Amino acid sequence: MLGPQSSLVMYDEEYKRIMVLIEKLIRESNSKVIFLVDKNGQLIAATGETEHLDTTSLASLTAGNIAATGGLAKLIGEKEFSILFHEGEKDNIHISIIGGRVILVVIFDERSSLGLVRLRVKKASKELEVVFDDLARKSESHAESPGVDSPFAEITDDDIDNLFN
Amino acid sequence: MSFINYASREINCKIVYYGPGLCGKTTNLQFIYNKTAQEAKGKMISLATETERTLFFDFLPLALGEIRGFKTRFHLYTVPGQVFYDASRKLILKGVDGVVFVADSQEERLDANIESLENLKDNLEEQGYQLEKLPFIIQYNKRDLPNCTPVEELRKLLNPEGVPDLEACATSGEGIFETLKMVAKLVLIDLKKGG
Ligand SMILES: Nc1nc2c(ncn2[C@@H]2O[C@H](COP(=O)(O)OP(=O)(O)OP(=O)(O)O)[C@@H](O)[C@H]2O)c(=O)[nH]1
Ligand SMILES: [Mg+2]
Repeated sequence: MLGPQSSLVMYDEEYKRIMVLIEKLIRESNSKVIFLVDKNGQLIAATGETEHLDTTSLASLTAGNIAATGGLAKLIGEKEFSILFHEGEKDNIHISIIGGRVILVVIFDERSSLGLVRLRVKKASKELEVVFDDLARKSESHAESPGVDSPFAEITDDDIDNLFN
Repeated sequence: MSFINYASREINCKIVYYGPGLCGKTTNLQFIYNKTAQEAKGKMISLATETERTLFFDFLPLALGEIRGFKTRFHLYTVPGQVFYDASRKLILKGVDGVVFVADSQEERLDANIESLENLKDNLEEQGYQLEKLPFIIQYNKRDLPNCTPVEELRKLLNPEGVPDLEACATSGEGIFETLKMVAKLVLIDLKKGG
């Protein structure tokens, strides 16, 4: 796994593999929305009925939620609560952690059930973990030869100034 | 910890506004939010108490534009400044790419500034960061108030290392975008170095 301070990097190939997996998960679990969030609150991928959802805010609050419950866990001597579940009147949210670093969020309603979601998430988590391991390995090997394909290796002061004009 | 996404051609960075209670962190973000075009900003989220003190964090996502074909996004966070919210402050610092320390220029807040800056260093170190190695700037806020400590004195006490600093008034907006630009620039330069 990546260290806490290295940047998270996403490449096309792994992104596609991730999308295939979460699209399969959303079908098999009969859920409405699925998204993946980095523990720092960055949205990694989303699928389902996302048009009316503010996914950026959702990502940030999910990460805050995991961080806060992680803090609680530590206080009582637990490592981490690996699953969180919030039940609403119509929609429910199932949150779990993949490989210690990525948060998987599943939103579902009465067309599915907690049991089904839990079952499918378990299977999908294993498959997603493999992809994120590959991703970590890949970005590590890229980090050893910095600048090679970084879009930022050659930015100039002008590029940066232009951002603010 | 920035997030470089080659699939969507985006780069995301996290900036945290730190400082003692009531120094004006939330006001900084509110001003930026109010003055930013609709298409360049997301919703501002404030997890606050009934008296508008930050309880967990404020969050404001901004899209600044493109660099070399990559959309640059900055996620701005504030921490709760009140001393007893230390556990929350630690959580917000996770994955930070750049820090703005907002100092309250009022004389009676001098000790609170020093204490908060020490707290920032401690909390960063606990997570394996060093303030000296992070993109870091200081904003002397509330310069409009009559009981301000002279900037020279604040500098001596809060900024012996001479990091980039500037004066501001978050309520009128003076120095607020300059602050954002200053820290964003340092973060991007840091990325360029492969940090
Ligand atoms: N006169 C003056 N008042 C300011 C300035 N900046 C902020 N304030 C006021 O100071 C008070 C506190 O501001 P906040 O932005 O809520 O402070 P904060 O740092 O977020 O406080 P916490 O959330 O408790 O950490 C508000 O009443 C602001 O209007 C300034 O530059 N000048
Ligand atoms: Mg606040």
